[in-house]
Amino acid sequence: MRRLDARQTHVIRFTLNGRAVEAHCSPRMLLSDVLRGELGATGTHVGCEHGVCGACTVRIDGMMARSCLTLAVQVEGATVDTVEGVAPAPGRLSVLQDAFRKHHALQCGFCTAGIVMSLDTLLRDAPDADEARIRDVLSGHLCRCTGYHAIVQAALEAVETLRKETDHA
Amino acid sequence: MAKDVPHQPMPRLEDAPLLTGRGQFFDDLPVPHGTLYAAILRSPHAHARLRAIHADAARGLAGVHSVLTGEDYAGVAAPLMVGVRLPIECWPIARHKVRYAGEPVAVVLAGDRYIAEDALDLIEVDYDPFAPVLDPVEALDADAPVLHDEMGGNLGSDRQFTYGDPGAAFDDAEHVVDISVRYPRNSCTPIETYGVLAQWEPHGQSFDITANFQGPFSIHPVIARALQVPGNRLRLRTPEDSGGSFGVKQGVFPYIALLAACARLADRPVKWVEDRLEHLTASVSSTNRAITLRAAVRGDGRITALDYDQVEDVGAYLRAPEPATLYRMHGNLCGAYDIANLSVRNRIVMTNKTPTGLNRGFGGPQIYFVLERLMQRIAAELDLDPVEVIRTNLIPTDAFPYRTASGATYDSGDYVRAFEQALKDGRYDALVARRNERRAEGRMYGIGLSVAVEPSVSNMGYLSTVLTPEERARSGPKNGAQSSATVHIDPVGTITVQLDSVPQGQGHKTVAAGIVAERFGLSPGNIKVVAALDTSKDAWSIAAGNYASRFAAASAGAVCIAADRLRDRLAWIAAAQLNVVPDDLRFEGGRIFAAGNPDAALPFARVASAAHWAPATLPELDGSPIRETAIWTAPELSAPNEADEINSSLCHGFIFDFCGVEIDPITHEAHIDRYVSMHDCGTILHEGMVEGQIRGAFAHAIGASLYEEYAYDEDGAFLAGTFADYPVPTVHEIPDLEIYHICTPSPVTPLGAKGVGEGNCMSTPVCVANAVADALRPGCGEVDLVLPLIPARIAGFLQDEPRAPEGQEKRRETGGKGLSGTGQARVDAAPQDIWDLLMDADQLAAIIPGAHGVKRLSPTRFLADVTLGVGPVKGRYRVDVALSDLDEPRSAVLTGKASGALGTGMGEGRVTLTPDDAGGTLIGYAYDASVGGKVASVGGRLLDGAAKIVIGQFFSALGRRAGDPTHRQGIFARLRARLGGAS
Amino acid sequence: MKPAPFDYIRCDSLDEAAGLIFETGDEARVIAGGQSLMAMLNMRLARPSVLIDFMNAEETRRVETGKNMLRIGAGVRQAELLARKDLAVLNPLLAKLLPWVGHPQTRARGTIGGSIAHADPSAEIPLALCALDGKVVLRKGRKLRRVGGAEFFLGMMLTDKAEDELIEAVEFPDLPAGSGTGFGEVGRRKGDFAIVACAAVVTKSRVRLAVGGVNDTPVVKDWDALAPEDEAEALNALAWSLDARGDLHATARYRRDLVRGLGAQVLKEARACAG
Repeated sequence: MRRLDARQTHVIRFTLNGRAVEAHCSPRMLLSDVLRGELGATGTHVGCEHGVCGACTVRIDGMMARSCLTLAVQVEGATVDTVEGVAPAPGRLSVLQDAFRKHHALQCGFCTAGIVMSLDTLLRDAPDADEARIRDVLSGHLCRCTGYHAIVQAALEAVETLRKETDHA
Repeated sequence: MAKDVPHQPMPRLEDAPLLTGRGQFFDDLPVPHGTLYAAILRSPHAHARLRAIHADAARGLAGVHSVLTGEDYAGVAAPLMVGVRLPIECWPIARHKVRYAGEPVAVVLAGDRYIAEDALDLIEVDYDPFAPVLDPVEALDADAPVLHDEMGGNLGSDRQFTYGDPGAAFDDAEHVVDISVRYPRNSCTPIETYGVLAQWEPHGQSFDITANFQGPFSIHPVIARALQVPGNRLRLRTPEDSGGSFGVKQGVFPYIALLAACARLADRPVKWVEDRLEHLTASVSSTNRAITLRAAVRGDGRITALDYDQVEDVGAYLRAPEPATLYRMHGNLCGAYDIANLSVRNRIVMTNKTPTGLNRGFGGPQIYFVLERLMQRIAAELDLDPVEVIRTNLIPTDAFPYRTASGATYDSGDYVRAFEQALKDGRYDALVARRNERRAEGRMYGIGLSVAVEPSVSNMGYLSTVLTPEERARSGPKNGAQSSATVHIDPVGTITVQLDSVPQGQGHKTVAAGIVAERFGLSPGNIKVVAALDTSKDAWSIAAGNYASRFAAASAGAVCIAADRLRDRLAWIAAAQLNVVPDDLRFEGGRIFAAGNPDAALPFARVASAAHWAPATLPELDGSPIRETAIWTAPELSAPNEADEINSSLCHGFIFDFCGVEIDPITHEAHIDRYVSMHDCGTILHEGMVEGQIRGAFAHAIGASLYEEYAYDEDGAFLAGTFADYPVPTVHEIPDLEIYHICTPSPVTPLGAKGVGEGNCMSTPVCVANAVADALRPGCGEVDLVLPLIPARIAGFLQDEPRAPEGQEKRRETGGKGLSGTGQARVDAAPQDIWDLLMDADQLAAIIPGAHGVKRLSPTRFLADVTLGVGPVKGRYRVDVALSDLDEPRSAVLTGKASGALGTGMGEGRVTLTPDDAGGTLIGYAYDASVGGKVASVGGRLLDGAAKIVIGQFFSALGRRAGDPTHRQGIFARLRARLGGAS
Repeated sequence: MKPAPFDYIRCDSLDEAAGLIFETGDEARVIAGGQSLMAMLNMRLARPSVLIDFMNAEETRRVETGKNMLRIGAGVRQAELLARKDLAVLNPLLAKLLPWVGHPQTRARGTIGGSIAHADPSAEIPLALCALDGKVVLRKGRKLRRVGGAEFFLGMMLTDKAEDELIEAVEFPDLPAGSGTGFGEVGRRKGDFAIVACAAVVTKSRVRLAVGGVNDTPVVKDWDALAPEDEAEALNALAWSLDARGDLHATARYRRDLVRGLGAQVLKEARACAG
């Protein structure tokens, strides 16, 4: 049992995009705020803070999660992945990200971080995901720019590209 | 292009950083050391006198720097200018009175946002609520509550316009067809909310502000004047990236003024990021409008005159740039139709709702909703095919450029061709056949059509149409729309472009890079485009910004002009070196060479950098080859004339939509089965982006058609404070869209392009509504539809509800309005005992659920400090209860006011005590209550149940205490435990 | 939208959590997946002074089958249950209804027990509890008690769970052989809380329809038998017997329409898969 006092800041440690990090925060601080404010990982965006818009979606221990509905203290010891960790290397794009670019699956790019995290997780868990599955995952996100069509097309192409890569391997 | 090669649109330069989390949005930017974070206390009332603000406890909280109010603001800043001269003061924070739920009342500045919100909870405000007025037509009544006492009423402007001879046309009309509609409030709700960072420099008496403002920069002088500094002392910067706007981020400007004043008062940098509840409640929305439209019609459906009567609801203040929503469409009120006679009455009223502002479509959704509903109504009343009614009235092809009755020039178009091609390519006949089949199967299926003219590049002078010609003469002419762009060459010959368009995702950087690269023979990836605008360093004018779909038609044109001028100068330099004439030169592949001699080429970089390194070697040029700023406005954008004719926009695109909608027999949801949209937006600069704009506007329009409304209850409480109550469509809700294009290039824009970003927001809501009306027609006849077309509204048109079985009387209906209820409880004590309990403060303290203490202020007035709630939802309230109509020990009326951090409540209840035969008492109660503030906006679903539970707790406790006073503690504790502990 | 301050206690076992909640009582809230509670904390609708997190406790994460029931530990996430390949066999109604709970992103965190504890009358899992005669296993200190849905749900977000109790598990009895189930719901958007949700369970001896989203708690209606010709009348009577109210998203009449229309559809589905 670990009791963290409301009025004090505490050190929490977790793995962020493959690196061990620590942050100082009070128990009430949202993971989204700690990622952005304390750790400078501003790629994760905050759009509603009540769990509907999906912009703040990250991956915690392999599962999609709203970082605005997660306390930073809850990820002590966990593995957290954010949009900054998706590309294979700086200056490069993942297959999914590349498909987004090709299909104009983003406009302002604000909601995109969360969508990329959800779809990236889906492609790991279900490399053979069909359109219905993609739409189901996508329905947890609000995008005001694109009308979603291009996002679905990009995700479908990413599935296809990854399938071909797997077939080759 | 071979048919089997899929079209690969050019990738956007913006995308890679955005996809990898490297965007530079407002809240991603670094802040100065010592920055304070702001949180804003907002009014829970729609209309109230602001008596006192008690903020000492908040000021005393550790980490709080200050708490500032409207009076503090007024010490250093002035009200915001209003477009129409009215005797009202438009403050960005309430003074003396609040006029809408969500209006700022105090600002807390603290070390972080968490502490700032803690402090908000500690501020107590005394309000004297007034009756609000929410409906624009009711606001015109002589006895309606008045928002601004100085005005004596709520009417801000009343103008009548006559073009042609509508009187004669109506006199001669074979038919007069009319329709009255209400257009609701909605908003495009960008996913990134507002953000402002403000700094004050006392020696220079200047402000440095970064905000995700979108323009128009005509607002810059409004802010500078409010802050009482000259324009050059207000440096306004926008971030490189903006998370969507759709017009809405124009509305950040009152907060720029407010937070800048706070920074000055605190003498510290101040940062504020709006949260979603604040955004939905109190940013901006489209206007809601009541419109009656009449048409004089010939027997063949040809319209000879239109007569508009519009009542525009701008909310609590006529805030700049309103009443622009009403006047933006003034030149194109007859839509795509050739109608020479027009009369218009435009009234602007203020009501107790959030002030309105820019929102995608801006005035178009309101106009086309009534106009295209009327077209369908004409077809129905004259028993004509709606397709024929449109066809008969479309502006003929040979009439372009076409001057409308109210003075717009439709620059180009071929409406007839676009219309016919869409019917054919979009397989309209098959859709009709499908409808007929479905109907034969007994299903509800309808077809809707709509035609719209999409204006773009607003004339900065259109707003002055609201003034009379005499008033305009006094204030001086306003017209034009200056676009600016700068192209700069650095010492190694690489190119940077500065835009004035403040993009929010439309890919302006990619298009600009493409235009410049093409002119210099470079790769777009080598062009650096900067979107962040800085009013202290960059070229801008009042027209700068991202609105009125002005980029493709205007800003991109300015880029093009600047690039052409620089290219011409470089050509002269290269020509001198190559000994050829400049016209012979080609810029390709990073080289410059004469067309006939590609081998003798100069590297582009060498020519381009020459002006830095060896200016003395250059030939005489008409300007510097290092940097060129083009500032361009179209001469066609003239000021309104004596006859109130106005070319309100530079370009006019065309849209024709049709769709098939089926109403689900069980859920009554309107399912869009097919949707076809034909566009003519002139020259297309980037196909992928045009498609993105159309699909994006379409998605917004589906939201407006079927899902979204900024709803208020009759007490003025805002009801849609979350994305659960403001249901923005997800991927599941957006149907397929078939897009077609024709192209008639604009003769008045540098690239022949027109705006395309707003059209479906104008055409789609009414197209869907027409389809729903058509689907309902066989069973229900003509119906008056109000958006959004939620299933419950559609259900209301369908056959009568099956009757309740014998003995099951109809339950009461509430419509998201106030709370009311009745009930009865039996208590094992005599009426007098109960009466005595109710009159005793100490006893009440034990009975009122969650009471921490009750003070008796007078024999009939109590003040209680209570924690109320259900389950996890709890809030602490100050409750002021007064007893009246006392008839001891039989009945009394309780009037209560509660206020706390979660909001406010007001209610009245009558309690009757009737002795029964067994020595007990039947307590009867009936209550009516209203709730405002946060709990109404985000917890509406909870309230009815919560009221019942709290009242239930009260009477249970009363009964226990009256019946068995010795065991009250144990019983009460048990009761509390069982009820989830509302204490 | 930031939460008010609270202490946070991470427990390593259910015993610890039960002991803590027993001591702290109404000042404390248990956080499981947090998908409902966190939004309320952010809006400061809820402001407990202590938050007890037992998601680290291994025993809360167990799903047990056998003994003619499915026993789901309070910390089992909705997505974990939904991902079980045998769920449609173990409990076909849960398999039909779980995909309607929120979105994949919220199901990945949200728990079965948390949804029950939240007691939203529009939520699917409380409806399943009532439709399936499930039991909530409540624990106070070391004492356990089992409560059925009808007794557990008292009102909007209001339950029979005392302040010093916590939910240890939820138990769903296996359906009798040959029974059929149906589920349907209508919300503004898919993934939203239901305007009306209906779950049907048809066995040899009973026809049951459970309705969520209308009253302050799920409502269960049983018929010994329901002949097709009597169904419309029975559903109309049910619709009118409920306390349908209007709000921003629906009228009372529309809710009754859905009880009649959706109810019939769901009963049909259940009959079709009853053997």
